[in-house]
Amino acid sequence: MSVPRIVILGGGTGGTIVANRLQRHYGQRAAITVIDRDDDHVYQPGLLFVPFGLADARELVRPRHAQLRPGVEFVIAEIESVDRDHDAVQLREGGRIDYDVLVLATGARLAPEETEGLIGPAWGDSIHTFYTLEGAVSLRRALQGFTGGRLLVNVVDMPIKCPVAPLEFCFLADWHLLQRGLREDVEITFATPLDAAFTKPVASAQLGAMLAQKGIAVEAEFAAGRVDPDARRLYSWDERELDYDLLVTIPAHAGARYLERSPGFADELGFALVDRYTLRSRAAENVFAIGDVSDLPTSKAGSVTHFEAEAVVENICRHLEGDELTGLYDGHANCFIETGFHKALLIDFDYDNEPLPGRFPEPHLGPLQLLGESRLNHLAKLVFQPLYWHVLLPGHEIPGVGAEFRGSERAGAGQQPGAPA
Amino acid sequence: MSTVQLAGRSVEVDAEGFLLHADQWDEQMAGEIARENGIQTLTDRHMQVVEFMRGTYLETGSAPSIRSLGKTSGVPIKELYELFPKGPAKLAAKIGGIPKPRGCI
Repeated sequence: MSVPRIVILGGGTGGTIVANRLQRHYGQRAAITVIDRDDDHVYQPGLLFVPFGLADARELVRPRHAQLRPGVEFVIAEIESVDRDHDAVQLREGGRIDYDVLVLATGARLAPEETEGLIGPAWGDSIHTFYTLEGAVSLRRALQGFTGGRLLVNVVDMPIKCPVAPLEFCFLADWHLLQRGLREDVEITFATPLDAAFTKPVASAQLGAMLAQKGIAVEAEFAAGRVDPDARRLYSWDERELDYDLLVTIPAHAGARYLERSPGFADELGFALVDRYTLRSRAAENVFAIGDVSDLPTSKAGSVTHFEAEAVVENICRHLEGDELTGLYDGHANCFIETGFHKALLIDFDYDNEPLPGRFPEPHLGPLQLLGESRLNHLAKLVFQPLYWHVLLPGHEIPGVGAEFRGSERAGAGQQPGAPA
Repeated sequence: MSTVQLAGRSVEVDAEGFLLHADQWDEQMAGEIARENGIQTLTDRHMQVVEFMRGTYLETGSAPSIRSLGKTSGVPIKELYELFPKGPAKLAAKIGGIPKPRGCI
């Protein structure tokens, strides 16, 4: 073939990193196109801070095209479906874009419509989410006017993006209300479908203890079924009830509708079916996926996407050269957990090893402390925002933070990640 | 991990009573596990869900979540909770002799 055509669906974290790394690798020797429905790249980790006035919504958004290296073509279009038999992307408004390699990077979408009663006149009034920019802004207004009552934070169903964000929201709400002298007038409840605060046992115990210490009630194994917006009551499928004055919902998540319209590409929730190590689509040999769009059994988080990029880029290059895939993703994830009072916690884990205490990024040395609250962790989280735009998206390495999980070098961590299945 | 007697056979289970080896399971055990967990009689409707869970696990290596079950098993979520009070995905997995659904991460 002449120059290979690499088409990337989605200009968010994953799509941008992959486009920039491939452009740097190939230069003129590949035609790289990124397609997205709009030109607004949102720094999603910042959304958590907007409701508390700790971040300005306008400062979280930059143009998608400006994050792409010169030489990467950017197209604004709605995707209708993928035609794997003809290696083409069908666009909603008509027109097709042919590819030699396709990258699925469209992320996860919110599906509040799957929960009865969530969307309606109360949406944006007594029911909010901070998982979108508009939602975070409207929640800011609601919180400012909130002077007492029941604040209910509910995760409808897993998986969700950034599984620790709802906990962080609870911690920050506690701090925010304390500062306003209202904490005693507000009951904060965290309702989750999980059987504890978090999924991984050691981190869960630590986070559960922190919730208890801050007087935040936990309703575990609460599978939200419907909302009665007039009575301001949330019901679980097994008819448990939780009353609220202000409901902060993390709606159910789903993959992408265009994937549901493309036979073989997605599971029943619309997430792309991929090999968990090579990140190749199960639908076609020349399709790969990165980030929240996939069905991988790891967190939907920017750190995961960043670590996946290495394997995806390597495998695209190998595929185009006709070689076996050698890029293997190990399930590595890490995240800062804001706990309020200018402190944060850091966790680091992979497919086989759960988050444990220790030091990061250098085992034993740190400087950051794992699974322990510290001011340095909080500062590191703040520093991350400029790094995101200027180091991570352009596809550079973050010094000291590699794609591979190094927890097994830490004292007390489990075995080496398992061999590829 | 421990070994227990189910339907006259020794099987290995985890701390919560989920079978560790799906191939040690048979339908007689299903009834026994169900009774231990408060379901006196397994109806055809129960078994439709149990077999669906088990089939999906054996085929894909992971068991579906409640939401996925509601979309694909032919039994709506409301009814899943009537059939398997408290936790349909977990209970159906246990009765079907497959590991506890990993939920998520």
